[in-house]
Amino acid sequence: MPPIPGSGLAKGLAVTLRTMTKKTVTAQYPDVQPELPPRTRGVIGLFEENCTVCMLCARECPDWCIYIDSHKETVPAAVEGGRERSRNVLDRFAIDFSLCMYCGICIEVCPFDALFWSPEFEYAETDIHELTHERDKLREWMWTVPEPPALDPGAEEPKEIAAARKAAEKLAAAQEQAAAQAPAAPEQPARQEDEGPTE
Amino acid sequence: MNDVLDVALRLVVVFAVFMVLPLVVGQTEHKVMAHMQGRLGPMYAGGFHGWAQLVADGVKFAQKEDIVPADADRRIFQLAPAVALLPYLLVLVAIPIGPSESAVGQVIDAGIFFVLAVMGVGVLGSLMAGWASANKFSLLGGLRTAAQLLAYELPMLLTAASVAMAAGTVSLPGILNAFEWWWLPWQIVGAIVFFVAGLAELQRPPFDMPVADSEIIFGAYTEYTGLRFALFLLAEYAGIVVLCGLTTVLFLGGWHGPWGADGLGWVWTLLKTAILAFGVIWLRVTYPRLREDQLQKLAWTVLIPLALAQIALTGIVKVAIQ
Repeated sequence: MPPIPGSGLAKGLAVTLRTMTKKTVTAQYPDVQPELPPRTRGVIGLFEENCTVCMLCARECPDWCIYIDSHKETVPAAVEGGRERSRNVLDRFAIDFSLCMYCGICIEVCPFDALFWSPEFEYAETDIHELTHERDKLREWMWTVPEPPALDPGAEEPKEIAAARKAAEKLAAAQEQAAAQAPAAPEQPARQEDEGPTE
Repeated sequence: MNDVLDVALRLVVVFAVFMVLPLVVGQTEHKVMAHMQGRLGPMYAGGFHGWAQLVADGVKFAQKEDIVPADADRRIFQLAPAVALLPYLLVLVAIPIGPSESAVGQVIDAGIFFVLAVMGVGVLGSLMAGWASANKFSLLGGLRTAAQLLAYELPMLLTAASVAMAAGTVSLPGILNAFEWWWLPWQIVGAIVFFVAGLAELQRPPFDMPVADSEIIFGAYTEYTGLRFALFLLAEYAGIVVLCGLTTVLFLGGWHGPWGADGLGWVWTLLKTAILAFGVIWLRVTYPRLREDQLQKLAWTVLIPLALAQIALTGIVKVAIQ
């Protein structure tokens, strides 16, 4: 059946009228905070205790916006007759957010989990120099880092947990065996079947 | 002395209506258009849902510098906004909102003639602005306005004539006094033609080629700033009020309605006008702008034949019922 002449015009009117009765999509941002998705990239927080000044983040940064200064300190030997060790001490850690392009490579590359994404985004400044956040400010951001989002149902277990669980199970199995064998052969020590290292 | 007071009072009331209703329509347009597009519209000015947005806009316009281009025809350029706005004020004087003598600014025997003639003057403001601005976009806009006026004044007059024939009078209160409910289906084609042609005369979307911003900046108003520009905008909204009021009076029976004759007539007039004004906004949100040639085609090949057919129908029925 050919369309009735003018039905397109009526359809257009219906669309606008229907939209008027629906809820608007406007985000009233300063009055209402936005609901940010998990893993939002707002600002980068620094957990200083984990940083070893390995400089990987600064070297991988495509914008070269991470500034790190450090010096070496000598730690006396832990045991008598041992060797002295040297340790890196962080003097300055700064990220220039006027250069940062929020690629997150520094966070990916950090081998010691010292850098984290925080969803905070309200740190605009009137002076561009203020956008270089020094280590104390980066530390402040650290306290706004949320819990990591829960794993998807059916996801693979995290490696750390899997390793710890395996060790605990092995230990429990060994103790059980020992308890079972104790009355029969008390002189025989509990044998371990597995070759794997127990941490 | 009493007469002077009476006239002064009527003028003050008409002027107040003239100042308030266009702003109400403008604010409604802000909000309705926003919600039809899934937005909220103004929310801050005045505190409650941005009700004072247009007041704030007015203050802003008043603060702006009033610029006249160096090569412009100074006098004409400065006069044009007034020419665009004042005719609508004059038309408002003649529109009756209730059945009694006191519900109309001034009873004019040749009401339809007066109203349509004066409304035609309003378009002259755009022409003057377009010519006096010394700007090619303004000139193009002005010429488009002229072409639009030529094309759409005719169907408007023809349909108004059809109503005058039906009522046997050209006085606006006279037409309302003669109104019967079955005029509605009888004159419906005329009503649609009148309304559409009126929209085109007001240069409202989808008939806003004279100010098509993507083609000719802002047409005849390109060079205007500050208060004069605001006056042109105000003229557009005053035009909506006047057009909707006229359509109500001529085709929708004005104050006729339940209890219309017992003092609630003005509510009916305002209600019908408001519904039509909503329709104007609705059409603006829904339809894209017509092309210049489509505009002319619509006027000459659709609206004018329809208007002539309406006149023929009116004549036949009029003769048949006598």
